[in-house]
Amino acid sequence: MKLDLITSLYVFMLAAFIGFEVIRRVSPLLHTPLMSLTNALDAIAVVGAIILAGEHKSNLAAILGTIAIVAATSNIVGGFIITDRMIKMFKSSRPKKS
Amino acid sequence: MTNLMGTETLIEVTYLIATALFVLSLKWLSSPATARRGVFAGEAGMVLAIAGTLLHHGIVDYKWVAIALVLGTVIGVPLGNVAMTAVPQRTALSHAFGALCVTLVGTAEFYLRAPDIAPFMMAVLSLEVILGSLTFTGSLMAAGKLQEILPQRPITYKGQNFVNLALLALAVGVAVILVIHPEQIRLFPAMIIIPLIFGVMLVIPIGGADMPTVISLLNSYAGLSAAAMGFVLNSKLLIIAGALDGSSGFILSVIMSKAMNRSFTNVLFGGFGQIQAGAAGVKEALPVRSATPEEAAGILAAANKVVIVPGYGMAVAQAQHKVREMYDALTKKGIDVTFGIHPVAGRMPGHMNVLLAEADIPYDKLLEMDQVNGDLPQTDVALIIGANDVTNPSARTDTGSPIYGMPIIDVDKARTVMVIKRSMAAGFAGIDNPLYYLDKTLMLFGDAKNFVGSIVRELSGGEH
Repeated sequence: MKLDLITSLYVFMLAAFIGFEVIRRVSPLLHTPLMSLTNALDAIAVVGAIILAGEHKSNLAAILGTIAIVAATSNIVGGFIITDRMIKMFKSSRPKKS
Repeated sequence: MTNLMGTETLIEVTYLIATALFVLSLKWLSSPATARRGVFAGEAGMVLAIAGTLLHHGIVDYKWVAIALVLGTVIGVPLGNVAMTAVPQRTALSHAFGALCVTLVGTAEFYLRAPDIAPFMMAVLSLEVILGSLTFTGSLMAAGKLQEILPQRPITYKGQNFVNLALLALAVGVAVILVIHPEQIRLFPAMIIIPLIFGVMLVIPIGGADMPTVISLLNSYAGLSAAAMGFVLNSKLLIIAGALDGSSGFILSVIMSKAMNRSFTNVLFGGFGQIQAGAAGVKEALPVRSATPEEAAGILAAANKVVIVPGYGMAVAQAQHKVREMYDALTKKGIDVTFGIHPVAGRMPGHMNVLLAEADIPYDKLLEMDQVNGDLPQTDVALIIGANDVTNPSARTDTGSPIYGMPIIDVDKARTVMVIKRSMAAGFAGIDNPLYYLDKTLMLFGDAKNFVGSIVRELSGGEH
């Protein structure tokens, strides 16, 4: 248990560093899609909600878990759709096919 | 048993791959050329992680999970298809949903585990629930203000900061008691209700111009609360996703605060509203020069290089498509047209870029503040559409100005400045803009969409 905790802290620290380095390089052009994409990725919290609702350890946990799944799933679906819509709009004036 | 172990390993492997895909997703987002690949990577990671989770042996009841997934999708599809002008409020709303999910899971975990909760576990659980609740109501308030359901002007009262700090201290106090005495189950609801109130109080005094910073901060909080949930559930995937989201929101908040030359505490604990109200009090009527669409079109047509500086006013007037027509008309005449985008123009980071990209303006014409400031001394015409404070030269010179020190787009260095504005009424900030009284400045009074439309008619009329 205690070891898990320390490992988790290491994971958090390293992920935060990677986050800083990767996201610093995102062009300001794409700051709005960045926010909607990280929001969709953040909704991976749905994983915890699915287990809570699925395990049905208590009625309260199942009800809260089910509502949480709805909230997170709407973020996943909506977040990815709008990010893709925004990114598709960005076109270069140089006619370059890639 | 071996079969069970096999499934557990499989689930962990899907999480591992999902984590890698999430990091790649953000990496590919760094440039518009690879950004779509980034979205696909994110989607693939998400599908994989959810599929893996559904294999979890503890899941006995699939019915409600399935119903919830379908219902979430039904709500999510329209939220993904809102108009581009509604993106800021949609983003705020999605922060609220994310925070809601985290808070509900945290609450359920508490009641499942209490009173047998180790101090560290209770501490992260408290962090999860406090951050989650305040982000939930704070983001709903922000969305309401952006959607103009709630008044956009900052609402301030005496002792506001004291009330806010007291609420936060109270919530932390309850958390501390619960860490020491997790058997005090009755106290738990207070740890949700107080931050819910705090979230509302936190956003009440914040005005529209500060929204980019506040949305970024709420984004950061949403990420951190998800990371805390990862600690509670011992899920590395969630810790990493939360840390990525948290650092993204943090970086954006820093960029936004720097672009306004203000600190976080200054944005959150306000003063902007009050200072500006004072500044708006003293106003003298100075002469300005105004011009008609014909005159403006003539000056633009005679230019070699034009820089357009858009602001929130362009979004409000829905003028971006007319601006695109003007861009086309000028480019056809061989005039070099670029756009100067201030980091805090609009209501969220990157807001202007998205609107202009939607209007089909090539992204290599959208320049950052520093790039465009290098070009402005060689620019014939700087045309400002619905932007105000981000072009105010008193930010450079007037130490008494509330926006002193804020980096601005140096439009006053261009040979001619034209400003499309509805009237001389002070803008949102209520700060007078000396730019309007310069000899080289022409005021173009009218609705941005109509005025740009008239310029386009003049420009294309002159062609035949």
